Amino acid sequence: MTTFTPTPQKPWRASKRERGFDFAILLGGFLASYLLVALTPMKGKLAYFALFFISYALLAALLKGLTRGSAAAKDALVSSLVVVGAVVTVIPIGSILLTVLQKGLPGISFGLFTHDMALATPTDPLSNGGLLHAITGTLTLVALALIMSVPIGILTALYLTEIKGRFTGPIRFLVQAMSGVPSIVAGLFILSAVLYPITKAYSGLMGALSLTILMIPTIARTSEEVLNLIPNELREAGTALGGTQWRTVAMIVLPAAKSGLITAIILGVARIAGETAPILLLTGGGDKVNPNAFNGPMGSLPYYIWKSFNAGSPEAITRAWAGLLVLLGIVLILFTSARFLGTRKISR
Amino acid sequence: MTTSHESEKATMDTAVKPSSLAQVANSQAAKTPSASAEGTGLETRGIHAWFGKHHALADINLNFAAGTVTALIGPSGCGKSTFIRTMNRMHEFIPGAAMAGEVLLDGKDVYAAGTDVTKIRLKIGMVFQKPNPFPSMTIGENVLSGLKLAQLKVDNKDDLLQECLERAGLWSEVKDRLGAHGGSLSGGQQQRLCIARSLAVRPKVLLMDEPCSALDPGSTLRIEDTIRHLSETMTIVIVTHNMQQAARVSDYTAFFLSDGGPGQMIEVAPTSEIFSRPKDERTENYVTGRFG
Repeated sequence: MTTFTPTPQKPWRASKRERGFDFAILLGGFLASYLLVALTPMKGKLAYFALFFISYALLAALLKGLTRGSAAAKDALVSSLVVVGAVVTVIPIGSILLTVLQKGLPGISFGLFTHDMALATPTDPLSNGGLLHAITGTLTLVALALIMSVPIGILTALYLTEIKGRFTGPIRFLVQAMSGVPSIVAGLFILSAVLYPITKAYSGLMGALSLTILMIPTIARTSEEVLNLIPNELREAGTALGGTQWRTVAMIVLPAAKSGLITAIILGVARIAGETAPILLLTGGGDKVNPNAFNGPMGSLPYYIWKSFNAGSPEAITRAWAGLLVLLGIVLILFTSARFLGTRKISR
Repeated sequence: MTTSHESEKATMDTAVKPSSLAQVANSQAAKTPSASAEGTGLETRGIHAWFGKHHALADINLNFAAGTVTALIGPSGCGKSTFIRTMNRMHEFIPGAAMAGEVLLDGKDVYAAGTDVTKIRLKIGMVFQKPNPFPSMTIGENVLSGLKLAQLKVDNKDDLLQECLERAGLWSEVKDRLGAHGGSLSGGQQQRLCIARSLAVRPKVLLMDEPCSALDPGSTLRIEDTIRHLSETMTIVIVTHNMQQAARVSDYTAFFLSDGGPGQMIEVAPTSEIFSRPKDERTENYVTGRFG
């Protein structure tokens, strides 16, 4: 007896005719936008762009509606809106990355990473000076802010999810309110509460303190959401095995939430890495590598970018773009390494 | 295995028999409860439980003799789970919970002032309805997690690991992949892992809250096997909705029922009696499947 084996097929795939139909709608959209730009006062690239999406969505809805009824029309309309939404989101991001790469790459050189601006001004030729001081400064600021805000932020989240004490409501409200605080307010607060009355001098620490204020709410809120996702059964299992609440949290809840907590920290770093206003107020923006975060002005990438743009000469502007590119690169490296550490599985 | 079992039986005969249940137990040849060195009896006196104003459980008096398996049966919402959670003091984690009565372990009330509650939970272990291995730990780490949680020291961790997994009937299936994550096991294996985990801290009593309700019939039978083996050395209380299961694994069965008010214990007797000639009409209706 021979068994008949049919050839595998994919009957749910669009037929040639259907694909042709879709392509016709696309062409129709192009044509309509071209005609509209030619015939109406709406001109320019943006007009082409906007009119194409509108006419494509309407055309698709109309044609599908005529051939397959009103449900298909709605489906086509919503599908094209979703695509438009996705494209509109991706285009600016791609455009930013492309522009930064295009304008920043000419300013990147090896010397950039080995020299600071102690003996150079932004308007000097690009071979003079570099942004080593800004890179070390930004890394110092982020590291200090991390050291201070990660414990406070996660402990706050633990209070809200594990202890659920009497102040849960007010604290949650305060954390949410704090996440809306403009960065300049955090800067002014440290300026008037710490810098003027106590240290009376610019330092990296002052900048890191203001960044901590900005970072805590982000970490606390995200961590709270992550910890709330940990099933209660795990906490019960830990307690039923004779663990105190603290040991259950430390050994079971936090490890189970690890990758989410790392995301929370990444979001916190993302919030502050490019922060400029409080840095301008508090760090003094030095041009020299300053290894001492507790004394003396400290440079940072946002400050370097700001200062170079202000200088205005073509060399200075190129420096600013190079600084932007380096800042983006650093943030990217931080994120990828955190992700890598967070998702690494135990292998044995 | 057989020899140790027999020597244990020998000690059982001479042992002092604990109260009420032990007397009815005379009719059951299968197992005689004893106050052997390894097992410890548990007794509840006048247990009531509340959630806020809701009176969930009223006046439960039960005596779980050492080395026996007691099944708690009854329709949903009659307070069986609440009852076993009062015994290892897990009840108090629910906001608004309250209770009254005494739970005596070795004659000492676990609710007495000054009791170290974590020590109580070490002596009265618990297996939950849904398998809940710790996701961040490997199989081996899961089994030994209780030691770390309670900060206990053991001389030979590998021996303990193997012993617990063997007693839970899981050793042969996982011995080559102790470093794999607990989540990589099947549901039934995960539940046996959770049983092994509770055994590692050497509890005297094991509370099981519908341990098989999320499992397939094959895994259920394996866990029932495990329960029978464990009962040689410890006292087991198991909540179950499956009456065949109660009949298969338990020495005694207690029937709980709520008539709209707080849950009550209607009847407790050796399992064979509950299923063959229950004294209370409501028990008979339930075990014969007329309601519930």
